Amino acid sequence: MTVTAIGRYEFKSRDRLENFHGNQVVYWHWEEHLMYCAALALPLPPSMPFRTVLTDILPGCYNLHPEWSRVEWDTVTWMLDQRPFKPVLDASLAANNIGHKSLLRFWTPGLHGIGGCAT
Amino acid sequence: MNAMPPLPKQRKLSLKERYAHLTRGLGWETTYQPMDKVFPYVSYEGIKIHDWDAWEDPFRLTMDAYWKYQAEKERKLYAVIESFAQNNGHLNITDARYVNALKLFLTGVSPLEYSAHRGYAHVGRHFVGAGPRIACQMQAIDELRHAQTQIHTMSHYNKFFDGLHDPRHMHDRVWYLSVPKSFFEDACSAGPFEFLTAISFSFEYVLTNLLFVPFMSGAAYNGDMATVTFGFSAQSDEARHMTLGLEIIKFMLEQDEANVPIIQKWIDKWFWRGYRLLGLVSMMMDYMLPKRIMSWAEAWEMYFEQAGDALFEDLSRYGIRKPKYHEVASKEKHRLSHEVWSIFYNYTHAAAFHTWMPTEEEMTWLSAKYPDTFDKYYRPRFECWTEMQAEGKRFYNPTLPQLCVTCQIPMGFTEPDDPTTICFRSADYKGERYHFCSDGCKDIFQNEPEKYIQSWLPVHQIYQGNCGGAEVKDVLAWYHLNFGTDNFDYEGSPDQKLWEEWQAQKATNPV
Ligand SMILES: [Fe+2]
Ligand SMILES: [Fe+2]
Repeated sequence: MTVTAIGRYEFKSRDRLENFHGNQVVYWHWEEHLMYCAALALPLPPSMPFRTVLTDILPGCYNLHPEWSRVEWDTVTWMLDQRPFKPVLDASLAANNIGHKSLLRFWTPGLHGIGGCAT
Repeated sequence: MNAMPPLPKQRKLSLKERYAHLTRGLGWETTYQPMDKVFPYVSYEGIKIHDWDAWEDPFRLTMDAYWKYQAEKERKLYAVIESFAQNNGHLNITDARYVNALKLFLTGVSPLEYSAHRGYAHVGRHFVGAGPRIACQMQAIDELRHAQTQIHTMSHYNKFFDGLHDPRHMHDRVWYLSVPKSFFEDACSAGPFEFLTAISFSFEYVLTNLLFVPFMSGAAYNGDMATVTFGFSAQSDEARHMTLGLEIIKFMLEQDEANVPIIQKWIDKWFWRGYRLLGLVSMMMDYMLPKRIMSWAEAWEMYFEQAGDALFEDLSRYGIRKPKYHEVASKEKHRLSHEVWSIFYNYTHAAAFHTWMPTEEEMTWLSAKYPDTFDKYYRPRFECWTEMQAEGKRFYNPTLPQLCVTCQIPMGFTEPDDPTTICFRSADYKGERYHFCSDGCKDIFQNEPEKYIQSWLPVHQIYQGNCGGAEVKDVLAWYHLNFGTDNFDYEGSPDQKLWEEWQAQKATNPV
């Protein structure tokens, strides 16, 4: 469907990749831990190795949660943009098919939030 | 000298005659320019009107009557505001936490009154029929008065409390204020008929009781007599606006059967847009009022489920059904306020008002009002946050959230049938991904993607470097927010300190 307008109505997307100065936005969400109220938006270079996000970026985001220190990455299950996903840790985000505004959701077996209630 | 014959005594016109002159007397078929050039916006939305005269304003308000009546009301309002200031009325509120509801109102709602003024002035120029044109022009003046009187009423609080100093500027920049701002800009950038369906019908008629009643009764319950008086002074205007909303919908529906599906689509869209906006009201009712009126769930049941049933029953004879996803809104009523309060608790370090954890007594109230959800899903979270705060580690989310492209709220809403899992929806458009908090928001995008791919999403704008810098401090400076006073938890805020000093003085100096 198209917009109802008085004339030609075509605009570029305001959040297109080229506006982010070499980064792409990637959303990360730790399932069952809603103390973090929503998925996180991170501007990351597409060339960054997946592993670097796990070791250098996510700890600063999530380490306020009492369960964070117990996350074991080799047991984690992932979804990338609605599909099951197995990351290649040493490959870059781009090589893992993680694109601009991709969404990564991850589940940590055994860790279901404070009191087991997804918090 | 010839005596002038006395002028024949002019008969005074009746109200009805004066209204007829004001409307029909001012509407004519143009001859120098064709009508479609004079009124260029009335046909492109596809709404067909065969007889503009069939719409008659039930209030038949004339200018002189309007002026006289409104002047009288404002004299009374300003007298109350004056005495409120002289008697230090702010000392009689229940608790300084209440003022945070006013901060939200002044930065989130009052600027919408001004936008409404502009919107109605615009459509008040562009309808062919003189009846709806005059009604919209009157409403345009009402809305300007509302913006002005709200600012005057609340400016007293600005002398003592933080976060109230620059509402107009904040409205255009602060992350959560993009929610009400984009809502209204979506309506104002639509055609005149969609604008009226959005604001006059869906907002003023269907949902306004969930905005004004909670804020105004909240003021009454919490001793804020100035805001209560504003509420009373706007009440008769609101009655007129609601009538306009219903009348204009019925008029469009009666004019042509082909209008029905167009209007239904707008009702679906604007119900969901309005409902998402009311998420802010839900947290105000359940968390920000020190003395509660009723819970959000109760308000939703009374003002939407019951009143809405009657309304849509009435409209069903035109072929209009209840708005799409109304059942999702009802499923969400037991969690909406808790999810929204959690969002603001996460990001209070970037907000122009304070948040806090409910006291034990308040949690008991929440458990009683939300027996199926509060203890199960939210109490453990809040107790954990309370403990962290007691240890001096008040939780603030250090990373910016993903936002919904349509409603622009952080994606903190859960699946309609599962309060433990965030509801993620997405769509591809011209090779780019877009994310939504709900099926309602996704549908709105997909009906007009060209409009929403331009969404000014605050998080992405910060990352693009358009908001004053990369650090929270830089962004807050760009918002005109004072770091360390306007933001952070209520606990330890200058507002709290001042309030407690006043309470101590009261205790030692009883009047
Ligand atoms: Fe208003
Ligand atoms: Fe949304």
